[in-house]
Amino acid sequence: MKYLTEFRNGEIAQRMAREIHAIATRPWKIMEVCGGQTHSIIRNGIDQMLPAGIEMIHGPGCPVCVTPLELIDKALKIAAQPGVIFCSFGDMLRVPGTEGDLFQVKGAGGDVRVVYSPLDAVELAVKNPEKQVVFFGVGFETTAPANAMSVHVAKRRGLKNFSLLVSHVLVPPAIAAILESPGNRVQGFLLAGHVCSVMGYWEYPPLAEKYKVPLVVTGFEPLDLLDGIRRTVIQLEAGRHEVENAYERIVTFEGNRAAQKLLGEVFEVTDRAWRGIGVIPKSGWRLSQAYREFDAEERFQIQGIRTQESALCRAGDVLRGAIKPAECAAFGKECTPRHPLGATMVSSEGACAAYFNYGRFLSAADLASAGSGLTGVARG
Amino acid sequence: MCLAIPGKVEEIAEENGLRMGRVNFGGVVKRVCLDYVPEIAVGDYTIVHVGFALQKIDEEEAEKTLALFREMGVLEEELADGDEAFARAAGKPSSSCPDGSCSTP
Amino acid sequence: MGESLKAGAPDFSNWSCPLPLVGYPAIVMGHGGGGKLGNELVEHLFLPAFRNAALENLGDAAVLDLGGARLAMSTDSFVVQPLFFPGGSIGELAVNGTVNDLAVSGAAPRFLSASFILEEGFPLAQLAAIVEAMAQAAATAGVQIVTGDTKVVERGHGDGCYINTAGIGVLREGIEVGPHRARAGDAVLVSGTIGDHGMAIMSVREGLEFESQIRSDCAALNGMIAEVLDAAGAEVHAMRDPTRGGLASTLNEIAQASGVGIAIDEASVPVRGEVQSACELLGLDPVYVANEGKAVFFVAPEAAETVLAVLRAHPLGRDAARIGQVTAEHPRMLVARTAMGANRVIPTQIGEQLPRIC
Repeated sequence: MKYLTEFRNGEIAQRMAREIHAIATRPWKIMEVCGGQTHSIIRNGIDQMLPAGIEMIHGPGCPVCVTPLELIDKALKIAAQPGVIFCSFGDMLRVPGTEGDLFQVKGAGGDVRVVYSPLDAVELAVKNPEKQVVFFGVGFETTAPANAMSVHVAKRRGLKNFSLLVSHVLVPPAIAAILESPGNRVQGFLLAGHVCSVMGYWEYPPLAEKYKVPLVVTGFEPLDLLDGIRRTVIQLEAGRHEVENAYERIVTFEGNRAAQKLLGEVFEVTDRAWRGIGVIPKSGWRLSQAYREFDAEERFQIQGIRTQESALCRAGDVLRGAIKPAECAAFGKECTPRHPLGATMVSSEGACAAYFNYGRFLSAADLASAGSGLTGVARG
Repeated sequence: MCLAIPGKVEEIAEENGLRMGRVNFGGVVKRVCLDYVPEIAVGDYTIVHVGFALQKIDEEEAEKTLALFREMGVLEEELADGDEAFARAAGKPSSSCPDGSCSTP
Repeated sequence: MGESLKAGAPDFSNWSCPLPLVGYPAIVMGHGGGGKLGNELVEHLFLPAFRNAALENLGDAAVLDLGGARLAMSTDSFVVQPLFFPGGSIGELAVNGTVNDLAVSGAAPRFLSASFILEEGFPLAQLAAIVEAMAQAAATAGVQIVTGDTKVVERGHGDGCYINTAGIGVLREGIEVGPHRARAGDAVLVSGTIGDHGMAIMSVREGLEFESQIRSDCAALNGMIAEVLDAAGAEVHAMRDPTRGGLASTLNEIAQASGVGIAIDEASVPVRGEVQSACELLGLDPVYVANEGKAVFFVAPEAAETVLAVLRAHPLGRDAARIGQVTAEHPRMLVARTAMGANRVIPTQIGEQLPRIC
């Protein structure tokens, strides 16, 4: 695939890894915010290619993971109602609520459907006028334009049976919250490339300045990730703390103006609870007054939600980068992808699931030493 | 978040007040909303997330980046010829099985 | 079995089982996905209840001794939606699925049964098309459908048409293949490109549709497998057709059953460009996507080249490739070397693989 496959060249990746080995003289802790980047790092073994001193800390960039438990529980209640077609991205189906997940609601007779695009949910509303179609609108700024368009279209077409269950979260406040938290170890960030394709990166220079950390806009393919890491390490070694764009083929400083315009109309900033982390002020979007009629929480008025997280789950510590998944006592025991205690074990890009599925259940050293001709690149 | 894939715009049409396109992702074609990329034309490449084109891909930048990547570390590699493990890993697999015991197809 | 279930809800309160069913009090879609959930159902419910030696091997077919004759028996149910998809229909699947289960067990498939559960209102024209497809598939595979049944359920209680087929085949003399027989050093071969069937289905699934040339690879493999056994005989230790759950699930099952590790090279696994693209679009991994016309072979290393040649000479095996080998390292785990030169473990998936946005 053009503009994808070329950025997966193993040969070039090896060389870039060597460069990083050559320039790093000290240990550094770098966080990639975006869950998709975590997924790619672990799936491709990028972290195995880095010098031992460079530690990738996996951040809370998994909207699935950080969607508040209360909202999941509301989603489950709404989806279970007869006369409702509940549409969602596939990622959300197995996220555990207090009692079960959307898959189980489906099993009990709820009409739960996986769709590729929010517009597909709008189409379902048009085709099923006697049903209420609800779309689970989770995501970061990348997904917000799609969700915004869905309610915009619903409003324009005068649909009375479409609503959005909104849980949008924003990256810059999350980064600030991480940097503010006591015991923060993160020294540099890979910024989420696709979030920046929408929002640009004009929001970040004040953060770089205030907290004195390098912030590098990074893509998702192995070469993009290695380049982002390389540039971050160069800055760290030189004591610089600037915003850099390592994803220039997609990201511009101002971002997508057309998208930002509609986002400004459809959404407004609000405080948001991040599952496992807590409330981060002004860190989310909700539907603006003009679009509030399409808010599923308001339309359905779900009462009596009693949320309860597993006492063993340390997803919050993982999301903050305070611990690695394997350091959680429940990892691989009470908590596995088969029986997830928290969202980070469910989402395919949740740090815990990524660790478990891609075999960090074994230490990297075990895997590297696994013979049979499979030579890992780890040299540290 | 953010699984977004590059594709080539093959067709643009108005549908229900939205600018929609048929975008080709390596042989697979999907209907995509192009409302957020009003400047995009047939033949352009765009990055698509959940059925929405988010940005036009700057092909010149892409080529520049690739050219830079290709150059990276090449000179260094030529000098470091004692490094067997890296050289082997850096090269493409010479056979289709990991231990090299079978012949190249 | 149907009768006794209707009599009243089964009482599990006194039921003893080595490990209780955990997590889900009711069946969810994931139980049918060919992954861990489905395996748990077998291990914790069906096996303990039915306990016998033939079942415990958990091969694709059961090996039976019937008064001296060595037979293989297999059954499969087909609940695919949509019923018609690029490259085939539920009809071909129903025949080829069971034919293949027998073939990979080292048997020559001979006779099939076909049971239909039809939904009230299902159009006869569609049923005729399905039945015609079955007839053609059976003729191609050289099997006869010799007995069957038809039931009708009320409108709304079935997806149009469900089919179950059961098949009997004659085991080849001198051939003993099974998921437990892979050994360290064995070459792992796959007969062609993976993920075609699953992505063909996905391409016409509501809410996820896309245009592509991807067609299901649904095919009867008994002819090709017979040629492989002719050429390599006892040096073929295990064979399996990677259906639901894909290549990854099948390799994991064999790794588990044989107690060995399997190491594969990702770059060697053949995937059609369009299938790869479709997977990228939906965030799916081709190694977990279903196939209906492919087989994996675990072969003594000295026979690998011969088997590969036989496969590639066959119309259904043109893209056959050697993808890895069995190792004594990392037992019971499937490990892949990525294009980056790093290793990653490929686990069995939990339920069915779902499209993702992240």
